[in-house]
Amino acid sequence: MIERIEQLQAQAQAEIAAAGTSKTLEELRVRYLGRKAELPQMLRGVAELEPDRRGEVGKAANQARQALERLLEERSVELQAQELEGQLQEDLLDVTLPGAPPQPIGGLHVLSATRRELEDIFLGLGFTVIEGPEVETVHYNFDALNHSPTHPARARTDTFYVEQDLVLRTHTSPMQVRAMEAHPPPLYVVIPGRVYRPDSDATHTPQFHQIEGLAVDEDITLADLKGTLLAFARAVFGEERDVRLRPHFFPFTEPSVEVDVSCFNCEGKGYMPDGSRCYLCKGEGWLEVLGAGEVDPNVYSYVPTTELNAPGYDPEKVQGFAWGMGIERIAMLKHGIPDLRLYFENDLRFLEQLP
Amino acid sequence: MRVPLPWLLEYCDPGLDVHGVEERLTMTGTKVEAIHRQGVGSAANFVVGRVLEAEQHPDADRLKVCRVDLGADAGGEPAVIVCGAPNVAAGQTVAVARPGAVLPDGRELGEARLRGIVSEGMILSESELAIGEGADGILVLDGQGADAQLVPGTPLADVLEIATDVLELEITPNRPDCLGVYGVARELHAATGAPLAAAPWSEDPGTPGAVAGAQVSVECPDLCPRFTARVFEDVTIAESPAWLKARLTAAGQRPINNVVDITNYVMLLTGQPLHAFDLDRVAGARLNVRRAHDGEQVETLDGQTRTLDGEMVVIEDAEGPTSIAGLMGGARSEVASDTSRVLLEVATWSGPNIHRTSSALGLRSEASNRFEKGLQPEQAMHAQAVATHLMVELCGATAAPGTIDVGEQGRPARVIRLREQRVRSILGVAVPVPRQAEILGRLDFASEPAPDGLDVTVPPLRRDDVTREVDLIEEVARIDGLERLPATLPARRGAAGMLTHAQRVQRAAEDAMVGRGLHEVVGWSFADPELLDRLRIPADDEMRRVVTLENPLSQAQSIMRPTLVGSLLDIARHNVSRNGPDVAIFESGTVLRAAREGPGSEEHHALGALLSGSLTPRSWRGARDEADFFAAKALLSSMLDALHVDWSVQPETWPFLHPGRSATVLAGGHGSEPARLGYLGELHPLVAAAWDMERTAVFAVDLGKVAAAAPPVVAFSPFPSVPALRQDLAVTLPDTVAAAEVLDRVRAAAGEILDDVNVFDVYTGGQVGAGRRSLALALSFQTQDRTLTDEDVAPVRERIVAALAGLGGELRG
Repeated sequence: MIERIEQLQAQAQAEIAAAGTSKTLEELRVRYLGRKAELPQMLRGVAELEPDRRGEVGKAANQARQALERLLEERSVELQAQELEGQLQEDLLDVTLPGAPPQPIGGLHVLSATRRELEDIFLGLGFTVIEGPEVETVHYNFDALNHSPTHPARARTDTFYVEQDLVLRTHTSPMQVRAMEAHPPPLYVVIPGRVYRPDSDATHTPQFHQIEGLAVDEDITLADLKGTLLAFARAVFGEERDVRLRPHFFPFTEPSVEVDVSCFNCEGKGYMPDGSRCYLCKGEGWLEVLGAGEVDPNVYSYVPTTELNAPGYDPEKVQGFAWGMGIERIAMLKHGIPDLRLYFENDLRFLEQLP
Repeated sequence: MRVPLPWLLEYCDPGLDVHGVEERLTMTGTKVEAIHRQGVGSAANFVVGRVLEAEQHPDADRLKVCRVDLGADAGGEPAVIVCGAPNVAAGQTVAVARPGAVLPDGRELGEARLRGIVSEGMILSESELAIGEGADGILVLDGQGADAQLVPGTPLADVLEIATDVLELEITPNRPDCLGVYGVARELHAATGAPLAAAPWSEDPGTPGAVAGAQVSVECPDLCPRFTARVFEDVTIAESPAWLKARLTAAGQRPINNVVDITNYVMLLTGQPLHAFDLDRVAGARLNVRRAHDGEQVETLDGQTRTLDGEMVVIEDAEGPTSIAGLMGGARSEVASDTSRVLLEVATWSGPNIHRTSSALGLRSEASNRFEKGLQPEQAMHAQAVATHLMVELCGATAAPGTIDVGEQGRPARVIRLREQRVRSILGVAVPVPRQAEILGRLDFASEPAPDGLDVTVPPLRRDDVTREVDLIEEVARIDGLERLPATLPARRGAAGMLTHAQRVQRAAEDAMVGRGLHEVVGWSFADPELLDRLRIPADDEMRRVVTLENPLSQAQSIMRPTLVGSLLDIARHNVSRNGPDVAIFESGTVLRAAREGPGSEEHHALGALLSGSLTPRSWRGARDEADFFAAKALLSSMLDALHVDWSVQPETWPFLHPGRSATVLAGGHGSEPARLGYLGELHPLVAAAWDMERTAVFAVDLGKVAAAAPPVVAFSPFPSVPALRQDLAVTLPDTVAAAEVLDRVRAAAGEILDDVNVFDVYTGGQVGAGRRSLALALSFQTQDRTLTDEDVAPVRERIVAALAGLGGELRG
């Protein structure tokens, strides 16, 4: 009996070691340790042996069974690990295929993105955003902005007319007086919007967009304008930028200035490291970005004092600045857009690139 | 305006190079837009020569072999130069380029062999120097310039402006005084402090008083404040001297003859235009200034016949109009080669009137450009004084005694108080009073001390521009102040920057579209009136009430868009033809209609979206969502639900939408009239076809109404800690019953225990029978405190089934 047990154990051990799959292993378990297998039968038959052999045989059989069980378990763990590894190898994907289903990518138009960027900068500087009508009265578009009755900008070659006294606004400035009529000082507003002029050529489109700024308080100086626009220039074009104010003329500001930002392409030098002339600022080192100035005292005289804006706008008591900048121009400079017409053509190849 | 630098420096020379001058002018308000080079790049190797001999070339009929004295520096021996000009002759003083000279076209001159003879240089014409147009022959310097006895070998640049930097200036409309070289010189003087030469008109060789043999009358002094004229006799019409032609050419004017050139030169110097009449061709030797008759015709110098109206001004002689005032002279009294008596007109015209006439006739000139800015009456005599000098000097003319002078000669000067404190408070930087006085003095303003600043007298040429204290502050600031300005920020009392609710809603709505993969577009506000027909808008529809432009750029841009659909379709078509059939775009912009009553417009900010083709890119893994009604509705949901708008749709036809696939988008309406937010649908196939589009779905909403329907603040509502019980229910119904009605019935029947119900499947086909469809509903039951069981909701479910039976519904399987 003992020999047989040893023989069975040796035979089983060899076969378990050689088993290549979990399935084979399970078959071996049944063959050697299943209910009908020889070794368990021997264990069950121990009671029928003679008493003096029961201990010896029972112990040997039991040890053999336990040893085989342990071996089966160990081999099973090994085989499962091997089989998982094999399965994982088979699960290989071509990870370079595109994701699916594809998620379409949308985007804001670069003019909207730029308008928001500018709005956010001025929100941060304490300005609120207001909007105004695109069909505007001659009063707000010209008269209240100190344009003489014969100012050339009023001509039909320069302004779209809807009626005798009604135009498509030629700038966002008419909202200056409208805003002052609706709110008492201090007033800090920016006015983004679409404006219209009858020009259509390589550098003009009959519709374009501006952001007007207006700050009126007791003591707002031209130096404050410079500081405000310096903050804007650095936010849009980079921390290294500088601004300069050049005298200019606008009917509704006095003094009037044009504001240049140092060129971000050549760091304001006018030429590139290789010595070539900077294409962006054309060698000037400065980029003209907007017109501005202290609000002309005459403009305040067009603001009636009412319950809404009391105590009103007395030019001896309040002063402030205003500016108007072109959103197309800012976006054009920032993104290197070569042609205004791209903005309104809306070709998807343009839209997908920007911003 | 083009200003040749040497001309400018003749009146004020700050000792700066051209870039230094550019910088000072630009930073004080006279922007230098560009610097041009007139003539040759470098003056080296261009010298004065004297032709000693000019003999026929032995082998070429048209060439002459010249021996030219180029002065002692050239080695003493005359140079041999082969010249092809017909007019070259011994004894002439000429302009010579020696080998090494670089011509304006960039060519470097070497010794050349011409038909066997080596030429040691080139005798030059004006055009070869790019200082004039004369190309018929060489430039002869005899008798030119101040010194007729030019010494051979003298650098040519000492005699003629052959290498000239020309400043192109932007003169702002308030500064007509800077439309002349002397005015710019005053600016340079103010900007640099360099001395300013006396005004060229400070000595007038002419005399006042009546003029014998010529008369002028002005019928419209409102449009012609001053008219002056002088008469010159014994005029010899000839070519102008080279120096004058060089200056005019550099300034962008074509030399014509000495008299015309003088009028142009004086205009460029003083800013005041002039006009020369051939007095013998002025019928009756009298001129009259009057308003034109409506429809009156004048033939101008350029040979064109112009038709005038009653607000335009003509100058007429005894035979009728000869000129359009301020714009262009007439052909009949033009100065010609046989002219011997000249009447020189210098007048002041109403700026706005000239601007109007010039715009109406489409006729612009250097003169009209100056007049329309508004010149001062004093300037007329400035020009007469300078012109009189030149007429005598260059045309051998005699100035007839007297000056015709009709109208006002000037006005009293204005005195303005300039407060020191006000200068500081406007600029944010102090400018000491003596410095203010100095700056103003350079700009020709006189000033006297006053208790709190200065009393400043405005010079005549600035009277229209400087009328108030703040105008003086600008004068001070632009010369000294702007460049020293610190960069400060306003105190911002009581100002907090924030977006309004409506502005935040607009951004959120746009972001929702972007997040769903749509591209924002920016279309044209201008539209073609035909758009309304293409959109099938009926004659009496609201949308026909459009804003129409009186002066559109074209008929196709003559109305303002009453809807975003047109521009969305235009853009979609563009992209379909170029980039393929899949388009998913939206626009966020203003749409306009004419006001219902009275003038003005009704405007609102709309957001519209257009979908066509497939919504997703092609994939290796399966089907694509097609752009149809429900795709557009899902997109609209993603926006309105994100904004917490309580919304619904109601079937309704829109003229441009597929009648079976169109709806109105509503908000609210529980117990009140719902707000109509906009529309949703597939385009009418005929509308789509008008833009060459396949099936296309659109929606548009009024963002102002959306903002009104969107809660500014969303309040928290507690949710139960226990899970909901979810059940499905499939029911077949007549296909005429709307899903919304089914859901309403289910909600009403279930009561509060029903947390949510939705349609998750729709089936039509054989199994449910004709005229019926099956809807699968996902029900979610919920109470606050207890986990529900199927038994709990069984009675509710029964009520639901009963309610659906009322609609003709039967439970499926």
